Amino acid sequence: MELNPVLRKELYQRFRQSKTAWLLALYLLVLGGFVLAFIYLNWRYNQGYYQPGRSWEIFVILSVAQLVLLAFVVPGLTAGAISGERERQTLNVLLTTPLTHRGIVWSKLLASTAFMVIIILATLPLYGIVFMFGGIAPGQVLGMFGFFLLTMFLFAALGIACSSFFKRTGVSTVTSYGLVLALTGGTGFLIAFLNEVGKVNRPESMMNPGFLAWVVEILQEINPIFILMEILGEGGINTGVSLGLPYWGSYALFCIGVGVLLLIWSSHLLLPQRNSNRFNLK
Amino acid sequence: MIQLDQLTKHFGAVRALDNLSLEVKEGVVYGLIGPNGAGKTTAMNILATLLLPDTGTARVGGRDVVQEPRVVRQLIGYMQDFFGVYDGLRASEYLDFFAAAYRIPVARRSQLIQDLLELVNLPDKGEVYVDTLSRGMKQRLALARCLVHDPPVLILDEPASGLDPRARAELKEIIRQLKHLNKTVLISSHILPELAEMCDEVAILDHGRLVTCGPVEEITRVSQGSRYLKVEVIERAQELVAFLNSQPAVSGVRVEGLSVKFFHLGDPVQQAQLLQNLVTAGWPVLEFGEVRRNLEEAFMAVTGEEGGVEDGA
Repeated sequence: MELNPVLRKELYQRFRQSKTAWLLALYLLVLGGFVLAFIYLNWRYNQGYYQPGRSWEIFVILSVAQLVLLAFVVPGLTAGAISGERERQTLNVLLTTPLTHRGIVWSKLLASTAFMVIIILATLPLYGIVFMFGGIAPGQVLGMFGFFLLTMFLFAALGIACSSFFKRTGVSTVTSYGLVLALTGGTGFLIAFLNEVGKVNRPESMMNPGFLAWVVEILQEINPIFILMEILGEGGINTGVSLGLPYWGSYALFCIGVGVLLLIWSSHLLLPQRNSNRFNLK
Repeated sequence: MIQLDQLTKHFGAVRALDNLSLEVKEGVVYGLIGPNGAGKTTAMNILATLLLPDTGTARVGGRDVVQEPRVVRQLIGYMQDFFGVYDGLRASEYLDFFAAAYRIPVARRSQLIQDLLELVNLPDKGEVYVDTLSRGMKQRLALARCLVHDPPVLILDEPASGLDPRARAELKEIIRQLKHLNKTVLISSHILPELAEMCDEVAILDHGRLVTCGPVEEITRVSQGSRYLKVEVIERAQELVAFLNSQPAVSGVRVEGLSVKFFHLGDPVQQAQLLQNLVTAGWPVLEFGEVRRNLEEAFMAVTGEEGGVEDGA
């Protein structure tokens, strides 16, 4: 069975550029250098000993760095996927072929995220160093990678949707970054604010049960930063209410559900005969 | 092969197509001519399944473009006026990508790509990156791309736009070859003399309406019943303009040196009367008669344009 032509073309274009290999090498060099420097300094500080417990700190820092990377790179990779075709005046030609609009959108998503998947998989040996010294359970490493994949899917779907909706890549990119920031920092700020509001007249850590508690619970189960904290065992805010799903279940449901809906909407926007004015064909 | 029936399309308050009806027979190279906003590109985009008409029907090979867009896409090769390129893709890979999109079996593709590159005079450019090709070469490559699935109908929107004279001549030659391959070609252009050389029939559009259509010779000979006349005088050609404008059935008066050309909507008797009026009024007439029009003059006659034809649709 032959690979989808759009996906194959995108992979050709992206991976034959030498800058792709250089970017990957640079990223690994920075993260790897950081890990090795951390271990070296720890060894020097403890006069020839390395405390395996410190591996946990490396794991946390590595994971946060990867999440920041996802938030910065994925929207940039996906926000021009469709609008770029439109700007190059190649979209109309694609739409007159038997390729389906759904096929085009999914191929663009896969091709745009393939680079990120390779970057994240390439960091496995770094996690291996952390793992070698102990202190981390295999389930935590796997859980972290699952979290990265889900988050990447959601961020990529956001970028693709912006790229389908906006005609210009510049606008699409800015909006994608804005939405990712809103999803991470915006909801994070809202959680903290509502948590404080919910604790009025209640000095203990638990919020007053009620509407606000439900809002905070929902928000922290869709916020990537809070999910990362949960995976790292830091825990979130005790709202006293539960959605009835483990945190990873509700987060997975949110990422897949919203991501799929965004992609369906994106492919609907590509329906060639419905968007004559937006496409500005002539 | 192509039928447009009472096609209407609005963009907001702008009426891009106004009850446009025309028919293109199989194996015919058919030209669409018109100024900016005439509706050429809109009509082509509807045929290419990129736009929905508001009312009316459009058919390619007997298939309705709205009801059966997927079937129509297999029947057409579409080339828009601006050729976008993919960076980092070789010419052969570019054609292979579209061959895969049209589900051409892998085993057939290598030979097909070579044949197409030869057809468009790019036999040695298969390994060259598309973005490094000249504009003329890109246009020919785009034509090759249109032919990758061997469609019976080609829709070419301003294919000669932005090409140098040599590239235009090459494009013209390729279109001749396509005609020999019995392809039905719908082509729009603003370079009217070239369109006249390439096309069997033309349709002149203006403000979304069909002004006239038919074989090129017929269009250039008779345009809405008017005759294109020329009066050559020994002197005072500029002053003659005012006199001619005062005469009945005269329009579109233009001065070219000592010649004055104009459209005359009257019959031969009125034409003879006009000559008599000229002589009686004392104009030093050296020559009086009908001139063979080229397509541009015919276009101006039927659309009432005084200036040249502009680029685009």
